[in-house]
Amino acid sequence: MANVSKAVVSVLGVDRRGIIAKVSHVLFERGSNILDISQTILGGYFNMIMIVDIADCDFSMLMEDLQALGNAIGVQIRIQKSEIFETMHQI
Amino acid sequence: MFQTHEILDTLRMIDQEKLDVRTITMGISLFNCVCDDEEKLAQRVYDRICTQAENLVKVGREIERDFGVPIVNKRVSVTPISLITGAVKNPVVIARALDKAAKTVGVDFIGGYSALVQKGMTAADERLIRSIPEALSETDVMCSSVNVGSTRAGINMDAVKLCGEMIKDLSIRTGDKDSLGCAKLVVFCNAVEDNPFMAGAFHGPGEGDCAVSVGVSGPGVVKRALENVKGQRFDEVAEMIKRTAFRITRVGQLVAREASARLNVPFGIVDLSLAPTPAVGDSVAHILEEMGLERCGTHGTTAALALLNDAVKKGGVMASSHVGGLSGAFIPVSEDIGMIEAAACGALTLDKLEAMTCVCSVGLDMIAVPGDTTAATISAIIADEAAIGMVNNKTTAVRLIPAAGKKVGDEVEFGGLLGRAPIIDVHPFSAETFIDRGGRIPAPLHSLRN
Repeated sequence: MANVSKAVVSVLGVDRRGIIAKVSHVLFERGSNILDISQTILGGYFNMIMIVDIADCDFSMLMEDLQALGNAIGVQIRIQKSEIFETMHQI
Repeated sequence: MFQTHEILDTLRMIDQEKLDVRTITMGISLFNCVCDDEEKLAQRVYDRICTQAENLVKVGREIERDFGVPIVNKRVSVTPISLITGAVKNPVVIARALDKAAKTVGVDFIGGYSALVQKGMTAADERLIRSIPEALSETDVMCSSVNVGSTRAGINMDAVKLCGEMIKDLSIRTGDKDSLGCAKLVVFCNAVEDNPFMAGAFHGPGEGDCAVSVGVSGPGVVKRALENVKGQRFDEVAEMIKRTAFRITRVGQLVAREASARLNVPFGIVDLSLAPTPAVGDSVAHILEEMGLERCGTHGTTAALALLNDAVKKGGVMASSHVGGLSGAFIPVSEDIGMIEAAACGALTLDKLEAMTCVCSVGLDMIAVPGDTTAATISAIIADEAAIGMVNNKTTAVRLIPAAGKKVGDEVEFGGLLGRAPIIDVHPFSAETFIDRGGRIPAPLHSLRN
């Protein structure tokens, strides 16, 4: 199946310094490669979506680390395998 | 590649509009357990379920985690128990084994304490139906169903009479819990063999050894989508529902495919039903009201529901390789906050609900009626509903809760997915002489299709 090794990381919360740096650091530590990134700030709210390669990392460990980071810096961080977005929006 | 707005759409559907997969249901055949020793049969049934469904809950949680979409229930359905208890005396022994197995594997419900008697009852069918009050009042997560009619066979009025009596008995036995037992019993006409939804799920005799099926949900997503076409013509409304149903069903298909691969069990079907929950923002009634009705249940409700039901199917059918089960919009009263409000303010009556069942997915579902409703009246309500199913070639069902000791104006409260319901009035005039006739209502002319 195509794209089985991709995941979408979404980060939502009040903007503060270092969010991208910290999220990227966790991804790096867990062996995940960032493929694409888009980020906006709307009314002080930080909104980032990353497409990452998870072929060489332990998905559940990465998820735990990202959730822990989200709790620590007060933003919502989610990681979902990419198939859910593909199946819903692409035929 | 991904569009940011598509990703945000999905996240919004899950977070704010309560998009979820209602259930992954594993259907398990119990034919290989058959024997004439009660205890041995019970043990085999228990072992078979515990082995086959061992990883169901674990895999369900993994899929939930990987895709970030909630899977509300994990369930098991089994071969109708009357089909494997022909040689034993007391089917309640098997009921206890089913309940115990469900708890061991950690599923939310197990269905299949069932009998298919649309044309006639075997001794085993009758034993099973007569044991339902005892079986459901002694177990916690087991569900039961009886198929009393079909378009091909007509309606078995002896079974209809018996079911009315059993529902009455069950309501009294579980009276201390607002007659909760009745919420776990469905009486069908044209029951389907691959329905993943409770309380009517069973693994039909035409099914293989094992299959996983998925029931989707998502009334909140449809309601929100319709807010974008306020005031527009019905053509636009139908298109919007179709597009939304397609997306919801694709999630179901993904979950079903993953569950099938990870459990190494064949994929059965995706059931396209719009299943509400009592949570705010997850209501089928509110979709109908979004179309322009002041309250669900008023004039126009049947037409609105007909459009919704059809558009859901049209949108969903392209999204899945195998569609089955009940597939349509459910209208359970106690499980839908909009239906609860409509019933409480008198907008939604039993007669209107009956009319709505002509065009919706199933039937009179989770409706609380006064505790002094007679068995004959319950049977007559079942007969009416079965007639609608038989003549219209569709599945209909009755899940009535005669709430012991309660009257119109009172409420029953079940909690969780089963919700709460105001007691709705029934007609005061008797149908006893009608129900006492027994026999069969012949199949309609259009059953002769060969």
